[in-house]
Amino acid sequence: MSLLELKNISKIYGELKALDNVNIKVEKGEWVAIMGPSGSGKSTMMNIIGCMDKPSLGEVLLDGVDISKESSKKLTEIRRDKIGLIFQQFHMVNYLTAVENVMVSQYYHSMPDEEEALEALGRVGLRERAKHLPSQLSGGEQQRVCVARALINAPELILADEPTGNLDEDNENIVLDLFRQLHREGTTLIVVTHDPEVAEIINENFQE
Amino acid sequence: MSRRKMFLKMVTASLLRRRSRMLIALLSIAIGATILSGLVTIYYDVPRQMGAQFRGYGANMILVPSGEEKMTLEKARECLSVIPEDQLLGATPYRYANVEMTSRQRTFVAAATDFEQVQATSPYFAVEGRWPEGDREVLVGKETAETIGVKLNNVIELSYKPEDTYVKNTLNMTVVGILETGGDEEAYIFTTLKAMDALTGVSGQLDVMEMSVSAASEELENYVAEISEKNSDMSARLVKRVTKSETTVLAKLQSLVFLVTAVVLLLTMICVSTTMMAVVSERRKEIGLRKALGASDQSIRAEFLGEGMFLGLLGGILGTALGFAFAQVVSVNVFGSSITFQPLLLPITVIVSMGIAALSCLLPIRRAIEIDPALVLKGE
Ligand SMILES: Nc1ncnc2c1ncn2[C@@H]1O[C@H](COP(=O)(O)OP(=O)(O)O)[C@@H](O)[C@H]1O
Ligand SMILES: [Mg+2]
Repeated sequence: MSLLELKNISKIYGELKALDNVNIKVEKGEWVAIMGPSGSGKSTMMNIIGCMDKPSLGEVLLDGVDISKESSKKLTEIRRDKIGLIFQQFHMVNYLTAVENVMVSQYYHSMPDEEEALEALGRVGLRERAKHLPSQLSGGEQQRVCVARALINAPELILADEPTGNLDEDNENIVLDLFRQLHREGTTLIVVTHDPEVAEIINENFQE
Repeated sequence: MSRRKMFLKMVTASLLRRRSRMLIALLSIAIGATILSGLVTIYYDVPRQMGAQFRGYGANMILVPSGEEKMTLEKARECLSVIPEDQLLGATPYRYANVEMTSRQRTFVAAATDFEQVQATSPYFAVEGRWPEGDREVLVGKETAETIGVKLNNVIELSYKPEDTYVKNTLNMTVVGILETGGDEEAYIFTTLKAMDALTGVSGQLDVMEMSVSAASEELENYVAEISEKNSDMSARLVKRVTKSETTVLAKLQSLVFLVTAVVLLLTMICVSTTMMAVVSERRKEIGLRKALGASDQSIRAEFLGEGMFLGLLGGILGTALGFAFAQVVSVNVFGSSITFQPLLLPITVIVSMGIAALSCLLPIRRAIEIDPALVLKGE
C-alpha cells in the first residue's frame, strides 16, 4: 500500500482550476520533488496533502485512509500525528526561543521534552543558538529551526513547500543535506521546488 | 518540561510580548475590580455606619410585658442579653404614673427613667438647664412647664396616693431642666426610678423598655422573634417609623451600588474584549502556524483563556487592594470612621475579575478559532 495516493484530485476556485485531475502515488521512504511554474497549484496540492484544505473532487488516501472527507477536527489530528510541515517563509512564534519553538510542536503532539528538542536543534547544527529568539537568528538559521521542528515528532511524511526558496546557497545546502539524511533514515519527503538543481539532487538520491 | 509548564511559559511570554496592550487590559480589569471591591466594602459597611447615624433619631425597639403583670428591671435586662453588647447602644427603662402637683391641684404623667440611658437612646432630647443628677431633681416637659408656669430651679411638690391607702406620699423636687423633644414627652415630668419608687411605695416595676439597637432590619426582626420566643410573658416590637426609613434608604443604596458596579464591569468587558480582538488579529499568522503544527481548537481556546484569566487574576488582586483603599477614603470622609478589611473580598473580587476576563475573551477566541491555517501560511 502506498503511503499517499491522490486519485483524480481537482481544486476549483470559481472559474479557476488550481488543480485539474491530478494523480500521484508516493511510497514509504520516497523523496519526491514537485516542480512547476508559479501559480501551477503546487501549494494548493501541498495544503491538501497537509490536511489544511480539501479537494473539490477526488480522493486523498493517506496511510489507506481517505482524508478528503474528514472533519477539520479530524484533519488537525492527522496532521499533528503524521505530518511535518516546512514553509517557504520561516514561520516561528516570535516571542519564543528556538528551542521553545521546537517544543511547541511537541506540546501539541504529546509532551514537551527540552532534551529531545535540543538534540533536534543539534541535528540542524543550532544547539548553541537554542536560547535565541527568532529575531536573533538569520533567515537560514530560522529555516533550520523549522526543519528541527518538523522532524521532532518523527512524522511519517515531511512536506516542504519551497523550503530553500528564500535561502542563500550555504543554508540551502545545509537544508538539502538534512533532507538527504532524513531520506536515508527512511522518512518520506515531498518537496516543492522550482529550482531544477534541487530537483536534480532529489533525483540522484532517489536513484541511489 | 511538563505540558502545564510549557502552557504557562507560552501564556506569560505572549503577555510580556504585548506589554503595552496587555497593560491597558490589565488596567481596565484592575479599575473594574477596584470599583467592585470598593463598592461592595462600602455597601456592607454602610448599614453599620448609617445605622449609627439613624440611631440619633431615637429608639428602634421596645420591650413591654405581654400580660397585665408589670416587668422588673432584672427581667428586662435578661431579655436584652439576646442582643450583643456592641450593638445595644442604649436601653432606657420607663415607668409611668399619674402624680399630682400639690400647688396646682392638677395631675400630670410622671415618667421615671434612667437619664444616662435616655441620652443614649434619644440623643435628640434637648434640655434647657441640665439633666437631673439626683433623685430630688426633675425635668419638666416644655408644654407642662408653660401651662403651669414652672421655671428652672423652682421647687415643686409631687404627691401620689396608692390605691389601697388614704395616705398620700409627697416629695419636694427641684426643676433642673426643661425638656424639648417635639413630641408627646413635652407633657411629662421626668424623675428618676428611685424617686418614683419612693412616691408610689412600690419598687422595681417598669412599663416599657426602649432600646436603640445598631443592626440591620433583618437582624432586628431576628432579635425581636428570639426575645418573644424565649420569654412568653414579654413582647418585643420594632418602632416601624424608624426602622422603615432605614430600610428604604439602604434598599436605594443597594440598587445604586449594583447599577454602578454592573456598568463599570460592562465597560471593563468592552475594553478587555476590544484589546483581545486586536491581539488576535495581530497574531493571525502565529495562530495559523500553531494550528498548522496541530493545535486543536481546544488548545487555542485554552491559551487565550489562560492569558485572559491571568490578567483577571492580577487585576483582581490589584483591584482588591485599591478598592479597599478607595472604600477607606470614602468611609473616613463621609462617615468619619474607618472600616476593617473583609478577607472574603479578595477571593470574590479575583473570581469575578477572572470571570469577566474570561467572558471578554469569548468573542476574540471565536475569531482565533476561525483562522484558517492554510490561508495564513500562504503568500508573503
Ligand atoms: N484560496 C484561493 N482562492 C482563489 N484562488 C486561489 C486560492 N488559493 C490559490 N488560488 C489560485 O490557485 C492557483 C494556484 O496557486 P498555488 O497553489 O499557490 O500555486 P503555486 O504554489 O504553484 O505557485 C493560483 O492561480 C492562485 O491564484
Ligand atoms: Mg506556492
